[in-house]
Amino acid sequence: MNPQLSRRRFIKTVIASSVAAASHNSFPVAKAHHVGDGYVDRLITIIVNGKKRRVDVMPQETLAYTLRYKLGLTGTKIGCNRGECGACTVLIDDVTNYSCSTLTHSVRTRNVTTVEGVQSDDGSLHPVQQAFVDELSPQCGFCTPGQVMSAVALLRENPNPTREEARQALSGNICRCGAYDHYLNGVMRAAGQRS
Amino acid sequence: MNNYKHIGKDFVPPDIVGKVTGKAKYAEDFRRDGMVFARLLTSPMAHGRVTRIDTSAVDGMEGLVGIITADDVPATEAPIAPMLTNEPVYIGDPILAVAAENETIAEDAIARIKVDIEPMSFVTDPLDSLVEGGPDAREEGNVYSRSREGSGFRTVKWTAEQVDEFRAGKEPTGEFVNEWSYGDLEKGFADAEVILEEPFVTIGYAHMSMEPRTAMAYWENGTCYVYGSAQSQSFWIPGLARLLDVEQDKVVLISENTGGGFGSKIGAYPMAALPGWFSKKIGRPVQLRITREQEYYVGSARVGFQGWIKLGFAKNGRVTAADVYIVEDIGPNATGGDGSSAGGAVSLVYDPLAMRFRGLPVMTNTTPRGAQRGPGQNQIAAVMAPLMDKAAHLLNIDNLEIRKVNAVHSGTTVYADQEPVTSAYMKEALEMGAEMFEWETRRALPRRNGNKVRGLGIGQGYHSAGTNGFDGLVRITPDGKIHLHSGVGNLGTYSYASTTRAAAEVLKCDWEDCVIHRGSTEENLPWSSYQAGSVSIFTHTRANYVAAMDALDKMKAIAADTLGGAPDDYDIDGNRIFLASNPAQGMSYAAIAARAIHLGGAYSGKIYPDDIHEVTQRAVQNLAGSGLIGVAKDNLKREGVIPGLAVAFTEIELDLETGKYDIVDYVGIAECGTVVHPLGLATQMKGGAVWGMGMAGLERHVYDPQNGLPANVGYHQCRIPTYLDTPSEIRTAAVDLPDPQNPFGARGIGEPAMGCSVAAVTAAITDALEGHTFNRTPVSPDMIVNHVAGLEQSFKPLQTNNF
Repeated sequence: MNPQLSRRRFIKTVIASSVAAASHNSFPVAKAHHVGDGYVDRLITIIVNGKKRRVDVMPQETLAYTLRYKLGLTGTKIGCNRGECGACTVLIDDVTNYSCSTLTHSVRTRNVTTVEGVQSDDGSLHPVQQAFVDELSPQCGFCTPGQVMSAVALLRENPNPTREEARQALSGNICRCGAYDHYLNGVMRAAGQRS
Repeated sequence: MNNYKHIGKDFVPPDIVGKVTGKAKYAEDFRRDGMVFARLLTSPMAHGRVTRIDTSAVDGMEGLVGIITADDVPATEAPIAPMLTNEPVYIGDPILAVAAENETIAEDAIARIKVDIEPMSFVTDPLDSLVEGGPDAREEGNVYSRSREGSGFRTVKWTAEQVDEFRAGKEPTGEFVNEWSYGDLEKGFADAEVILEEPFVTIGYAHMSMEPRTAMAYWENGTCYVYGSAQSQSFWIPGLARLLDVEQDKVVLISENTGGGFGSKIGAYPMAALPGWFSKKIGRPVQLRITREQEYYVGSARVGFQGWIKLGFAKNGRVTAADVYIVEDIGPNATGGDGSSAGGAVSLVYDPLAMRFRGLPVMTNTTPRGAQRGPGQNQIAAVMAPLMDKAAHLLNIDNLEIRKVNAVHSGTTVYADQEPVTSAYMKEALEMGAEMFEWETRRALPRRNGNKVRGLGIGQGYHSAGTNGFDGLVRITPDGKIHLHSGVGNLGTYSYASTTRAAAEVLKCDWEDCVIHRGSTEENLPWSSYQAGSVSIFTHTRANYVAAMDALDKMKAIAADTLGGAPDDYDIDGNRIFLASNPAQGMSYAAIAARAIHLGGAYSGKIYPDDIHEVTQRAVQNLAGSGLIGVAKDNLKREGVIPGLAVAFTEIELDLETGKYDIVDYVGIAECGTVVHPLGLATQMKGGAVWGMGMAGLERHVYDPQNGLPANVGYHQCRIPTYLDTPSEIRTAAVDLPDPQNPFGARGIGEPAMGCSVAAVTAAITDALEGHTFNRTPVSPDMIVNHVAGLEQSFKPLQTNNF
């Protein structure tokens, strides 16, 4: 999905994809439902931050739940658990998604990137992360992983955004501290437009 | 500008990398072997009595570990909120919790447990309770009064005529319970050239911190370990110990990161203690995850106002008299106190020659209220700004000028007792803002462009911004490191770190040589403030200063003892102490620390001052012998009110056809003494601006008066401001004049940063609508459209819960 999509279209897309997936015959939710708990299909492989992870997933399990509670990737935060705040934003095949509103079974063959997966292999911070540090973008920090992921997705799609484009791209991420201005400063710094 | 090494300079707070990498741990990110997951069952009724709890459907349920009810936890005396209740007083009041091997089982169990509740009368609008025959929120009464003389429930009723007259904007004649005044009010109004008399409403709304107040707890050797979401750190300990019914040394609080507080997590709250009780009952670590909906219920909300104000103005704009009457919605647990604070803010910001405040705190069966960023000060800021402009218009004075005429300064006396202020530079802040915003130029520009009309607003914010009497603790170890022990919580302002830079400043050490200890009782932290009311910067730069001065005195004494001469012959720099007359003769901090350990006594913390708090005493006892200890209580001079001030200038573009407005420019000026952390100050000013924009036009409680149901328990309906509701860029600056009662001249700013914003926006709306005052927050587009079309509003005057 284009990270410049509006929040409304974004949410509609998430809902539509869930409906489409649920109606698909081979979807593991339906299968698991018929055979009951413990059926082998619950044990699936997902690709998170470039690594294959074997995980036992309930039919109704959200990606946020799997990441946090099964894989210990607690950088992904659950702020609302209903697709309103964006604290749980991850990338699925480079596209921002609310992981609280994504079923884990629907991402089996796709690449999931969380905030833990954006640093370089040598451990250095991603330019977005470094810029957020330099601009003192986070306040309480609870929304920050989601802001990082939305900004990373934006710059992959559009390495040279205007401030307004950045504002639109991050608009699905609520920050109760009101640090929007400093997050946008961070995005523009990461894009090389601010020093 | 000053020549400080650390104060007034930006730095990288040590926790920020964890925030951008996801490694920062919040309460819900901690796990413990054997931990079970607890979930709450909350009241579906606004007020009632639990008559039966039927758990038979979950008997023997696989994976269910335990159930805890109100019978298992201490009862509280009304109106104090208990952890669990059999007499819920609002929808969402926690009744019981279940613990299970996983959350799914816990949720399934909650769904199967049956709770019978006998419904009781309830009320969602204070005026509906106040009118004769109206329902009371609690059996004990409908009003809870807190005053210097004592506190207690009351039942206060007005006649229907009295309520109607209040709604019609007349001076309330019904009974009130709080009052204070100063000056000759009658004379003030008699001397006035212009008198305004207006009713007003500010609707309460939820704090909605990003992190729901999840907590985890377990017991080990009689000590309860609590992983909580805390606004302050050391300050929580006495309250948490009380809630857990243990001695203070039997509780450990781990709160490394807190996902926002805004007044809702000041001290230990019931939901932080419940896992401890549950863990004790079932013998397993318990994590209680709070959902977003539950955070709305138990996460606190701003007090709502329904009020009346009368203001007198002299010909030059000077406020001659202010008469303020506020009925405040204090929720079911009688929490708040915003009304009198609002009166205090009128007294300080506009300095009326005479003033009276009268208040009536009324309970409702809505979510519990609590301090929220500028509690009282910010509601009244929103009300006052348009009225100041209305008076300016009637007197033919500029909106900026009328504020300058009344501006608080260092000689102003404030509040009922007409106390002095430590320092205040409101006029300077207004002039700085006017220049940055180009006020005069903009006033002269065309205002109308088709359906769009420009509105300009000036806002002023205030909150007292400092206190004293807390402890500081620093330690220098034989490896030469300077350990800064911060009992300040990490709620997002970085004050836990920026205030320790006061100690680094005194010790003239490099920041790279400093290690901050924080986030857990086990890090040995000093007794620290509640971190509300914008106090942290003033209060804890002082506490760090006195601790570092204690360390410096000890270093000098050790150097004199070791190298000869008198302590005062010594100076410090570059992590060395040396003879001022011969810098070559000296000792490194590392050597001094080793020597302190050798000497013992007060040098190494084996002996400590009598007046430090027991929390600090325990910290020093644990650290004794590990280095040179600097520890002291802040006994520096503190007299008078310490004001945090801010002003804002904003421009909106209002669409007369849709009623929607965009905030196109915003300038915020901080008047908080010396700037300690420039970037941190900027983020507070901008975050406060966003909060003010939310209060001015977006956020409000809405309750269905028929069933007591809340209509906006989620983020979307709560209308938290987003990127698209706020300007893409917000400009800020600071007056940066030192306050005499802080060693570095610093005061706080968190709350005024919001008050100036909501005031500027409400004033700008009034300006765009050619002086029309709604006297209500939030101002929603439908209100603007109705006004422009000449239609009546969809709610009756002073009504709350309007859609």
